[in-house]
Amino acid sequence: MSGHNGKVGRAHRIPLPTLAVATFVLVTLALALVFFVAPNDADQGFRQRIFYFHVSIAFTSYLCFGAGAWKALRHLWKRDPHADLESYVAVHQGVIFGALVLLTGTIWAKTSWGHWWVWSEDQLVLFLVLFLFYAAYFMLRYSVDPGPQRANMSAVYALFGVVLVPVSFMAIRLSQRLIHPQVFTRHGANFGGWILVTYLVAQAAVLVLAYTLYRVELTGKLIDARLRELRLA
Amino acid sequence: MTSAETYVTAAYCVIFGMVLLYVVLIALKLQRLQREVEKLAPKDEDG
Repeated sequence: MSGHNGKVGRAHRIPLPTLAVATFVLVTLALALVFFVAPNDADQGFRQRIFYFHVSIAFTSYLCFGAGAWKALRHLWKRDPHADLESYVAVHQGVIFGALVLLTGTIWAKTSWGHWWVWSEDQLVLFLVLFLFYAAYFMLRYSVDPGPQRANMSAVYALFGVVLVPVSFMAIRLSQRLIHPQVFTRHGANFGGWILVTYLVAQAAVLVLAYTLYRVELTGKLIDARLRELRLA
Repeated sequence: MTSAETYVTAAYCVIFGMVLLYVVLIALKLQRLQREVEKLAPKDEDG
């Protein structure tokens, strides 16, 4: 909502244009590394190149849900006036990136396993459950009139959902089937050299992209809220 | 183009398409907000 001095939202250290340029540079660099530098995987060949953005987007999605829960906690605990909208925008980003994980995952599954979806695979099903749980967040939020009740209910829901994140992340390690590749173990990443460099650049690119989109959407939401206040004034 | 290349291209097109769609939707929303600000601005000057 509006600040006391009429400004919209809180001050951010990094200006949006700088973030947009950083996103463009990092995404371009990541794509160049993915398609022109990273070697073909010994086992999966060319199709392994989906991995760089698929895994990066999955971790970013988890992070967005985590950020949404953190902001929800701040709303409930500190009554931070911006926290409800920040939590909402973070969850929204998480759902968008979650949809991308599912879409790129099914394409990778089709080319690797010959099936678009494998219901017996815990990692896939648990991620779908996580995605659907957070998709339902919007149904709950918009079924309640704007105000403190909506903010409180949304915050509690976002906090409950975050429990599913470690479950989804650990499912691949707990599963006995191991169809889904396990790229990170207790000993670190299961790859090195240019594959690791490319993955790290892609991960940075997707994180900066998500943060930029978060800031753009949040700015829009805050202006919208401020306009509503002005119309009522 | 091999089958693997087709699928990899499809995956990256899905990512690009979805991010583009999101940016277009946000841009449309910001345009709407700008129009609303312009509508409110004369009221503010009169008031």
